[in-house]
Amino acid sequence: MLAWVIYISFAGALVSVLLPKDKPALARRWALAVAVAGLVIAIAGYAGGFGQGREVIVDALWVPSMGIHYMLAADGISRVLVLLTGIASVAGVLFSWNVELRTNQFFALYLALIGGVYGVFLSFDFFLLFFFYEIAIVPKYFLISIWGSTRREYGAMKLALYSFVGSAMVLIGLLAAYATAGSHSTALIDLAHAGLPVSFQMWCFPLVFVGFAILAGMWPFHTWAPTGHVAAPTAASMLLAGVVMKLGAYGCLRVAMGLFPHGLDPWGFSFIGIGSWRDVFAWLAVIGIVYGALVALAQTDFKFVIGYSSVSHMGFVLLGLMTLNQIGLDGAVLQMFSHGVIAGLLFAIVGRIVYDRTHTRQFAELETMHLSRRLPFAAWAFVVAGIASMGLPGFSGFVAELQVLVGSWRANPWWTVVAGVGIIVGVAYIWRALQKAFFTDALPTPHELESEEEHKFAPICWSEMAGVALLLASTLVVGIYPRILLDQIEPAVKALLAGGMQ
Amino acid sequence: MNYINLFRSTLPETALEIAALLVLFVDLGFLRKAARATRIAVAAVLGIAGCLAALWAVSIAGPFSAGNDLLLSAGGSAGVAQVAVLALTALTLLLLIDSDFTRNPGEYVAVVLMAAAGGLLISAAQDLLVIFAGLELLSLSLYILTAFAKQSGKSAESAIKYYVFGAMSAAFLLFGFSYLYGLTGSTNLHEIALAAAVGRAASATPLLYIALVMVAVGLGFKVAAVPFHLWAPDTYEGAPAPAAAFIASVSKVASFALLVGIGTAFFHVFDNLHRGVLFVRFGFPTRYLGLLAPWELILTVLAVASMIFGNLAALAQSSVRRLLAYSAIAHAGYILLGLAFFSWTNVSAQAVLYYIVTYGLTTIGAFGVVGVVERAVGSDRLEAFLGLQKRNPLLAAVMLVLFLSLAGIPPLVGFWAKFNLFAAVLRTSGGALPFTLVALAVLFSAVSLYYYLQVLKRVYVMPATDESPITARPVTVAVLVLITAAVVVLGCFPALLQSWIASFYPHP
Repeated sequence: MLAWVIYISFAGALVSVLLPKDKPALARRWALAVAVAGLVIAIAGYAGGFGQGREVIVDALWVPSMGIHYMLAADGISRVLVLLTGIASVAGVLFSWNVELRTNQFFALYLALIGGVYGVFLSFDFFLLFFFYEIAIVPKYFLISIWGSTRREYGAMKLALYSFVGSAMVLIGLLAAYATAGSHSTALIDLAHAGLPVSFQMWCFPLVFVGFAILAGMWPFHTWAPTGHVAAPTAASMLLAGVVMKLGAYGCLRVAMGLFPHGLDPWGFSFIGIGSWRDVFAWLAVIGIVYGALVALAQTDFKFVIGYSSVSHMGFVLLGLMTLNQIGLDGAVLQMFSHGVIAGLLFAIVGRIVYDRTHTRQFAELETMHLSRRLPFAAWAFVVAGIASMGLPGFSGFVAELQVLVGSWRANPWWTVVAGVGIIVGVAYIWRALQKAFFTDALPTPHELESEEEHKFAPICWSEMAGVALLLASTLVVGIYPRILLDQIEPAVKALLAGGMQ
Repeated sequence: MNYINLFRSTLPETALEIAALLVLFVDLGFLRKAARATRIAVAAVLGIAGCLAALWAVSIAGPFSAGNDLLLSAGGSAGVAQVAVLALTALTLLLLIDSDFTRNPGEYVAVVLMAAAGGLLISAAQDLLVIFAGLELLSLSLYILTAFAKQSGKSAESAIKYYVFGAMSAAFLLFGFSYLYGLTGSTNLHEIALAAAVGRAASATPLLYIALVMVAVGLGFKVAAVPFHLWAPDTYEGAPAPAAAFIASVSKVASFALLVGIGTAFFHVFDNLHRGVLFVRFGFPTRYLGLLAPWELILTVLAVASMIFGNLAALAQSSVRRLLAYSAIAHAGYILLGLAFFSWTNVSAQAVLYYIVTYGLTTIGAFGVVGVVERAVGSDRLEAFLGLQKRNPLLAAVMLVLFLSLAGIPPLVGFWAKFNLFAAVLRTSGGALPFTLVALAVLFSAVSLYYYLQVLKRVYVMPATDESPITARPVTVAVLVLITAAVVVLGCFPALLQSWIASFYPHP
């Protein structure tokens, strides 16, 4: 049944194109209906998945001459990420309620992107996974370049080319693994069983890992992320940070680490303390955590702060993957969910609730607007979201980052020490953004008060409240009762650690 | 020599020639006073009928040999290519119905049919003389087609460029053929390959290599491989749209089919010797026999040069036709890679044919859209496509699908073609070189996304300067929708076309 999330998203996209152009309200409602249907199926699939392990949903021979299977399956990790996609897609539609330009096309591309994302999370055939992965590239380009803001054409093209180069690397890895395995099948399980030689895994692993990690925002290949996020319309930046970056991290975990586990073995020599690809990528992740946080601290554009914070938080995911122990990997998967929800919330507040009313994201201008008084809802929502993003207890980020740090301490304490610096800087940049954007010291002058009376901001509408409530509830539920996700993540991670994809 | 057999083998070509004569007869004999639209429609319909008749004839045509030498093969790669040549010719003729660049539709259609006959010949040819005759029939017809828009200076200019290049490359080709004949004493591909491997020519390697390079010059010109590509951008730009579509699709399919035929002949050197077959199958270094090694080296060099140069030059284009020309050069590079690492089984042949057939189909659609826009706006510059999604949403959607397919984005057929081709290369030969070249090709297809998106950006993203709607005529729309649907359906169900192609080959 879970497979229907893919089909209804693509069907919804197709119908959306054909909807009449001059009825934006209809397109909106349709998109919301499709997204909600996807979420309902995702929740049902998730609830039905407790204690199930890996279930195969469909397995049909797609291209017999090449042994390509149309194989959809789900384990705990997939189900968590499908659930995340469902939540993010509904929230994204809610926060795009005010899109008036070419609305039906907007939601068509939006739903096509969602369909591709669902597809990646449910594919258990390398080829099929890659297929869906590439489908997700083109809608991103058009969503950003048509409906975006700041330097949108540049941001969109940069994002499309980074994604495509990343996927080209994955494709090379796919072709190489297929030719080397000679098993005449591209199913992940068959490839994992093919006994790929260690020397092959040694060079194919970094190739595929980096190919996926580009999309996960790994430093130094992260530069598409801030520009892309900033240029994107709100719903697209929510999806980009919320689920598309997870595609990359998921690919790293499922494909690169699952198929080429020996790629992580020590090289047999070490250079300044780095003796394996694992060390290389772990340090890149740690650098990403600290670098993203420091750069976020120096931004003058509100949305860039959130954009760089995504780089920092995705660093935790990659670091968690490289710990190679149960708790670290649990943390990484949980962090994917957590960051997906929290980044979505932050982007929604900045891009929709604030920007669409103030028409600026520069701190210097926001400082003069006294938003805490004029937009109290936005201010308090951002306070709560900021606290969640800092990783305070009670929110999902806390559980996730704590697990990653514990895992990385067991693997290499120095990683934890440096990553810890990133957390502290993380508090600082959220604090700074909060103060500059909402809680300035300067009291309004009488003249300003007058002009505020004249230009009242539009009131917060129901869709914004619903979206904020949905995302906040998700992070709170997981923060207070993390077992709800961990019960599914743990067995899946255990299976993955025990034998790669086998 | 058995003339009944010869007639049976060349039945498809004969059907086309008869149709060509019939078109001329009807057009000049009965319709001289008729309206131009009627004349064009009648000529195109007769031409398509000829193609259909030839399609039927292909299914019953058999191979033809003179003495022991195979002159024309049938079935297998030749069969696939011939069906594709005829089907694509019919599509380009359908595009003709809505165009108005010529007052001589009868002549145009007749020349197209003769070119297609040349294409059929070289798809099946196994003998140097037949190859040359077929190539010249095809090439001479294409020069005429390029020049057919008589009121356009560009058309004449590009035709003369095309002709000068073509004549020179034909001279090279003939020169190479004469060496091959002189060294091996035969004009049959199989005999030549055999003589080069074990016969008296095996010792004359430097001369053989020179001969092969000459041949590669001639054939490289036909497929527009760098450095013999210079005609392509000008011709694509100057030729009337249906003719450009024909050159970009049918002529490419036939030329690559010829290369497949040559590769197969070189590979199956020992097929006629029983001992040799055992020899090759059990451990004999098959990759370096006779002509294979130098031939593969030449193709590899052409492939790499075409991939790199085609993709990089396309980045700088501001005319969509020239962009398509450079992208065609890049695609030729990918295909040549598949031919350079050719396989003993027919995996490579099938992958190359899959690629070129789907590429030809997509290109016809692309030229169809360009033709419509050109007629409305009067230019094929990138700016002409501004705001197309507003001016004609259907054309814009067609453009989106076709260009993304050319860029190799799933779920469109171009993606499968690339995957299939590169997988065939890697399955055929392991080792660092093929792998590096495939990696290069994949990375350059990432580059290609940039220039395809440059066009799509004009279509979908940038605001229109002129919002008046563009209308396309019904037949063109039908053809474009048909092609687009095929690109999507074949992309979602790639096994359809694969098993269709495989059905032409004898089952092992």
